[in-house]
Amino acid sequence: MSETPMTRAASATPPSVARRIKGLSDRAIAWIFVGPTIFLLLAINIFPLIWTVRLSFTDYKANRAGREIKNVGFRNYERILNDSDIWLNMQATAHFLFWTIFFQVLIGFTLAYLINKKFKGNDLWTTIIVLPMMLSPAVVGNFWKFLYQPQIGLFNYIVAFFTGKDPSSFEMLGSVDLAPWSIVIVDTWMWTPFVMLICLAGLRSIPDYIYEAAEIDRASKLRQFFTITIPMVLPFLMLAVLFRGIENFKMFDLVVQLTGGGPGSTTELTSINLKREAFEKWRTGYASAYAIILFVTVFGLASIYVKALNKVKER
Amino acid sequence: MKHSKLTTVSALSLAVAGLGGAAQADDLTLCWAAWDPANALVELSKEFEAQSGHNMSFEFIPWPNFADRMLNELNSGGKLCDLLIGDSQWIGGGAENGHYVKLNDFFDAEGISMDDFAEATVYAYSTWPKGTPNYYALPAMGDANGWFYRKDWFARDDIRAAFKEATGRELGEPKSQKELLEIAQFFQGREIDGQTVYGAAIFTERGSEGITMGVTGALYPWGFKYENTPGSYDMEGAVNSPEAVEALEFYKEFYETATPPGYTNSYMGESLDAFKSGQVAMAMNWFAFFPGLYADPDTGGEKIDFFVNPPQNQEGSTLGGQGISVVAYSDKQEAALEYIKWFADPAVQQKWWDLGGYSAHKAVLESPDFPDSAPFAGDFLEAMGAVQDFWQEPAYAELLIAMQKRMHDYIVADQGTAQEALDKLIEDWTEVFEDEGKL
Repeated sequence: MSETPMTRAASATPPSVARRIKGLSDRAIAWIFVGPTIFLLLAINIFPLIWTVRLSFTDYKANRAGREIKNVGFRNYERILNDSDIWLNMQATAHFLFWTIFFQVLIGFTLAYLINKKFKGNDLWTTIIVLPMMLSPAVVGNFWKFLYQPQIGLFNYIVAFFTGKDPSSFEMLGSVDLAPWSIVIVDTWMWTPFVMLICLAGLRSIPDYIYEAAEIDRASKLRQFFTITIPMVLPFLMLAVLFRGIENFKMFDLVVQLTGGGPGSTTELTSINLKREAFEKWRTGYASAYAIILFVTVFGLASIYVKALNKVKER
Repeated sequence: MKHSKLTTVSALSLAVAGLGGAAQADDLTLCWAAWDPANALVELSKEFEAQSGHNMSFEFIPWPNFADRMLNELNSGGKLCDLLIGDSQWIGGGAENGHYVKLNDFFDAEGISMDDFAEATVYAYSTWPKGTPNYYALPAMGDANGWFYRKDWFARDDIRAAFKEATGRELGEPKSQKELLEIAQFFQGREIDGQTVYGAAIFTERGSEGITMGVTGALYPWGFKYENTPGSYDMEGAVNSPEAVEALEFYKEFYETATPPGYTNSYMGESLDAFKSGQVAMAMNWFAFFPGLYADPDTGGEKIDFFVNPPQNQEGSTLGGQGISVVAYSDKQEAALEYIKWFADPAVQQKWWDLGGYSAHKAVLESPDFPDSAPFAGDFLEAMGAVQDFWQEPAYAELLIAMQKRMHDYIVADQGTAQEALDKLIEDWTEVFEDEGKL
């Protein structure tokens, strides 16, 4: 009789364990295996989420353990939604999200398209391009802070070289107009390689015979690009947008290193603002409501987006 | 019989506790910020180790993370620190939330009198509620925000002549806030020895407390008050008074016209760097750094001098400094109290000043030799006579973050007017006090 995986597993089970599970149904055994994972999921994800919802209706402060906790109903939600400063933080986050994704997709796809063409040194260039995403955001933040320094920063000197402006006449991190763009530039520099790699995977998954058939049909390169390349890479692109969108919605470290949310509150993204409310002001109830609003927003947008992604994949 | 048995047991317990205290060497951890005076304290504490047999360890946190790190430690009931030299503004929270041990009984038992310490420091660093004889810390490190400048530049004939021509008066230490700005504007962008220099380094930092500590250096001399009546939380007309608006506009003008380029998020470290690199003629910073600045081989010694924050409508300096407290969660409170007793000794306090710490003990400050004991000693005394501190409420962090935002929005990000910034600040603070049940 040949050995099957089932018989191999049965013979590998120690006799003491075999005795204990003897008589248990398959369903019970399945629960034994899945149970710890479900317990961890409940303990680490679901319970805190439910607890956060509960706290969001109170004036609880985590740094004042002895203080009486009062139920405040929807007051925290009302305050957040009526707070013009929080809407400014949302706008700053939307600006950051939109432009980082726009530039990363544009440049990432272009780089992937070029790297996909076989040329000498192809692998070396790929390695060089992906270097920034291997660095720590804290390091990148500090590094770019020096580059942006108006008196000695290389960035200002490069801009000055091309524009003829005095290098210390503009401040990337200190100007209300330029600071939001300065964080977009750094995030794009760091994460474009990630989008490029995903696009590259998409481009390399397109079978050559499709292009050969198009050649036979005398389709132009431009036509091939819009009718073959783009539609077939689109699911990959959308996946890259999803990853970068989720990552940048919770962006914290890089921006804190670069601007600390300033000047003023110009680059204070929602994640930075939320951290201030929760762990500097210790308004735990208020911060919980804030977190729930952000969670619902991201979850809602991500769900719509994933549905769209699935439709594109089905085509 | 029962009574005498109980007495015997108590006496035995006390004797055992006393013996234990004398014989057992504890490992004490003292937490503070990482800066020059902390190094002096390490040196000073060696004497305590030798005397007591206890071992001292130190946990020094960089200033930008100090409040976050230490307040989290206290809030979580952590046992990392047995002794904490905490910022003056933490005293309310430390007392009300039970983080600090109340020291009254200990002071009485050991004969430590708060009358022996400078009144301003006892009020600011030790008492809660403010001004009441309830002590949660011993004044450890007196401090205020002061100024230092390039004495060698101020003494140069060509610069003095240019200043006289530009302003019609002699170049010297400013006697008012407006003179301070005038001098800073004079130096802004000036060529000195082939290098472009700037007026002054001031505090503009957004993340922790920087811009608040800087701007209050202008607000207090203009007569800024937090409340119309102390303890009433009636801020309308006090926080946004015409004087406060004028002071805020002044600080913004200072930032825009007399600071180095890119000086948008700067605090203690940046101020020191700007001065030591020869970039600025003047800089604001805490007195705690002055011994180190004076000792600097490049810009210290004969090249530097110091002055107290200049008055405008009145004298006023922003209070820094800290008291030393025993952490309520420590298992080694006995040994920690021993340290406090040792530290309160006048001879130790004198050594503390000699090593570079700022003693608040009257035996040191009122010594006839004190004003001449360092180039900044007289200025320090003057500053401590007119210090004002930020709110010391348990909700101080919320109050501080609100002020950081409003000030940075107006001064650095150029959003709105000074009046709007202060009006919004009152709204923020009112919300905090309403949540606290104080309004």
